[in-house]
Amino acid sequence: MSDVIVIGAGVVGAACAYYAARAGLDVTVVDRGPVAGGTTGAGEGNVLVSDKEPGPELDLALLSNRLWGELAAMGGFEYEPKGGLVVAETDEVQKQLVELAAEQGVEYAVVPGADLRGYEPHLAEGLAGGVYYPQDAQVQPMLAAAHLLRHGAESYGHGTLHLRTGVTVTGFTRSGERVTGVRTDRGDILGGAVINAAGTWGGEIARLAGVDLPVLPRRGFILVTEPLREPLIRHKVYTAAYVTNVASDSADLETSAVVEGTPAGTVLIGASRERVGFDRTTSPRVLARLAAQAVALFPVLREVRVIRSYCGFRPYCPDHLPVIGPDPRAPGLYHACGHEGAGIGLAPATGLVLSQLLTGARPELDPRPFRPDRFSSGTPVEPSPESSRATEESA
Amino acid sequence: MSAPDDRVSAACDLVVVGGGPAGVAGALTAALRGLNVVLVDSGARLGGQYFRHQAGAAHTATPGLDRFLRQGRALGERAEVLLGHQVWTVTRDGDRLTVHCQTPDGRPVAIRCRDLLIATGAHDRPLPFPGWDLPGVLTAGGAQALLKGNGVVAGGRVVVGGTGPFLLPVAAGLAGAGAEVLGVFEANGGLALARHPVLALGKAGEAAGYGLAMARHRVPYRTHQAVIAAHGERELEAVTVARLDGDWNVLATREVACDTLAVGYGFVPQIELGVELGCQTRPDADGMPVLAVDGRQRTTVDGVWAAGEPTGVGGRHLAELEGRIAGLAVAGAPVPGVLARRRRRMRAFGEALHHAYPVKPGWQSWLRDDTLVCRCEEVPVARVRAALALGATDARSVKLLARPGMGWCQGRVCGYAVACLAGERPRPPRRPIAQPISLGALADLDTH
Ligand SMILES: Cc1cc2nc3c(=O)[nH]c(=O)nc-3n(C[C@H](O)[C@H](O)[C@H](O)COP(=O)(O)OP(=O)(O)OC[C@H]3O[C@@H](n4cnc5c(N)ncnc54)[C@H](O)[C@@H]3O)c2cc1C
Ligand SMILES: Cc1cc2nc3c(=O)[nH]c(=O)nc-3n(C[C@H](O)[C@H](O)[C@H](O)COP(=O)(O)OP(=O)(O)OC[C@H]3O[C@@H](n4cnc5c(N)ncnc54)[C@H](O)[C@@H]3O)c2cc1C
Repeated sequence: MSDVIVIGAGVVGAACAYYAARAGLDVTVVDRGPVAGGTTGAGEGNVLVSDKEPGPELDLALLSNRLWGELAAMGGFEYEPKGGLVVAETDEVQKQLVELAAEQGVEYAVVPGADLRGYEPHLAEGLAGGVYYPQDAQVQPMLAAAHLLRHGAESYGHGTLHLRTGVTVTGFTRSGERVTGVRTDRGDILGGAVINAAGTWGGEIARLAGVDLPVLPRRGFILVTEPLREPLIRHKVYTAAYVTNVASDSADLETSAVVEGTPAGTVLIGASRERVGFDRTTSPRVLARLAAQAVALFPVLREVRVIRSYCGFRPYCPDHLPVIGPDPRAPGLYHACGHEGAGIGLAPATGLVLSQLLTGARPELDPRPFRPDRFSSGTPVEPSPESSRATEESA
Repeated sequence: MSAPDDRVSAACDLVVVGGGPAGVAGALTAALRGLNVVLVDSGARLGGQYFRHQAGAAHTATPGLDRFLRQGRALGERAEVLLGHQVWTVTRDGDRLTVHCQTPDGRPVAIRCRDLLIATGAHDRPLPFPGWDLPGVLTAGGAQALLKGNGVVAGGRVVVGGTGPFLLPVAAGLAGAGAEVLGVFEANGGLALARHPVLALGKAGEAAGYGLAMARHRVPYRTHQAVIAAHGERELEAVTVARLDGDWNVLATREVACDTLAVGYGFVPQIELGVELGCQTRPDADGMPVLAVDGRQRTTVDGVWAAGEPTGVGGRHLAELEGRIAGLAVAGAPVPGVLARRRRRMRAFGEALHHAYPVKPGWQSWLRDDTLVCRCEEVPVARVRAALALGATDARSVKLLARPGMGWCQGRVCGYAVACLAGERPRPPRRPIAQPISLGALADLDTH
């Protein structure tokens, strides 16, 4: 029997498992698919502090940002603090950007319009200015998840970590109220505690335990270009509109392209946001909008060809905050899901805080804003997610 | 905001994607029944895999070419033929479909239609082996392209290897173009050469022709043998030919000096347009996913039809027949029983071929750790195995962890091999962008 069972081998589950094993716990990770086959396999890997308003999510992001640097030092995946450049089309927007940056309490530099090309030589003409965030970074999320699991399993002297792929959780074993393990299509697995790290499917897992958790899918498309011979884009570049889109409650399509070059030479252009359930149908309308925004930022990209696009479903909660911590409605069950478009960035802090809660240590930051039962009191609970007929095929 | 679908360049009853034997027959048949038809092909000429390359070359008498050219001319008089147009996606809106293409100069073109015939053919299915990335190593289809007569072939020393009946026309064509074909190495066996082409090509006259050509040029045909490695400093200089057991494990090897190698281990039907539209697939007899169609070539999605290789590899005769049936069916005409019966017979025959020329697992023992699996992203075998050890359990997760299939060809070349290495049957491809499209052309669709 394990001390902890983690449901989900995405980047969040991997981080939870890693930190729990580091804390001396024996961990079993189960996933119905492979490692990183869920939304983690459709994410871009931005580890951003720039797009977050001051508050609990930014605190989590700052902690994570530091932890990713430490984790990457163990090897196996890259962590590149390449920096983010947020640009403003007008002076008015530039003023707002600078005000936000001052409130965030993160490292930043104000970039006047005339200096933008010093950061990004191929940026379009006529932009009013921008703010540069040196802490914004990039990880390869799939490799990061896989290597966190491996490093967790190899950290001798700590707890153990077992990964079981191809195992679907179908229910929970209980002793009275208490959750004592999971039922799976491969038999029951017992554990001292169960962590729900099922991402966009976290709501379904919660329901198997009889508790309500409003995690819903928010679709995103990404465009990937052919590899370029020489890098044209140095940082993560996006317009100020991105920040408002991220925090928006609208179900309609919102796009604000984040453009960046990758080590493989391709340019990634992401990502749209819309609430359409688990519908994977490609929308040329959305792809066209992303392309138009990317070309508007970097006219040099007009001739560059897109070779693929993929989509994924961000796990989002009505208040755009993740769910992290024990569920008082089902003792023994913990949640670590609902990270929306920032789960890659926020994974290490989530895992660390959760391991501290599991072992009774003092958590590194106040977990109360993320508590699972926050929705039942006051915040209206949205209808349950559309059935997840989508398999997680994407990239 | 209005959708990009509003920018429609043309409207018609039927769009046919693919100008090979299936597409041309389908378009012509439907046009003859009075439908307003547009045929789109990415190539500069009609013909598809089998006829396009030969169209200009007089020196190779390609069986069936005259008939195909006649059909192509007849089609040109009755329908619009858009060459050099790559279809990158098809969208649906109510009962209308919009076919989105890109022209060679990067212009987007959208054609709205009621029905769509997917006749996109198949592409080569290579297997990786040490040295397969050397210049001078070609796929069977690539070798056919060489036959356009650009002089590279004449005087060359060529080895042909792989499995399946289509190695024969390749060898005969190369020999006819003046190359010295040192041997055809068929990894499977069992069927004697005399019977082999008859069974394989399903047309005695044609088969006898290839047999004769092979005999005339003294081309040795060896079964249970394969090229398992290619050698050379900068380009191909020699190959290792192995004798194989029934599972394709190596029994003995020898070296053969040569400057060109053509290898083919079957075909991958191109079905991404159908998959994205939601058409159901089924595994063909060789496990490759193909579009499921009924007796009238109708897929499981309204208004979407498929003919030729996307419904299962079976050669150009079957492709043409299926195109005709589809053309009749789209036009609402009955399909004569004789066509239906012939189609059933030829399909069964295609399946028999798959059983006679399977890919056996022993090829994986030819690989070395540093053999590239994915050439676009330069992913060696070792990295694929490392991904499996890290918790990848299928081709998709191998791709996410190790990048095979993420490059220019989008896994068309390596997808089959990666699926085999991951221990799974190839899955239907997911390529929402079926052909590369420039960001500028894509951006022009945005009407915001
Ligand atoms: C287009 C797009 C771009 C994005 N870009 C970024 C970005 O740049 N930066 C960033 O930080 N975030 C980004 N995100 C968000 C990020 O990808 C997610 O927040 C994150 O991957 C969530 O990770 P997870 O581990 O919680 O979920 P997942 O990776 O989805 O893992 C959940 C796992 O649970 C498993 N599971 C579900 N149900 C069961 C069951 N019943 N039994 C067993 N296993 C089960 C699934 O198989 C899955 O593997 C992006 C998302 C999208 C869609
Ligand atoms: C080396 C070799 C030798 C062969 N020898 C023989 C033989 O001797 N006898 C025989 O019967 N068969 C032979 N074949 C098989 C024969 O080529 C095929 O059976 C036949 O071509 C199938 O016809 P099709 O119409 O289905 O597809 P194809 O002929 O492949 O035509 C498909 C067309 O669709 C176009 N297309 C695909 N996707 C798109 C897109 N997204 N946008 C625009 N256009 C697109 C392609 O450019 C192509 O022109 C051989 C094949 C090979 C490779």
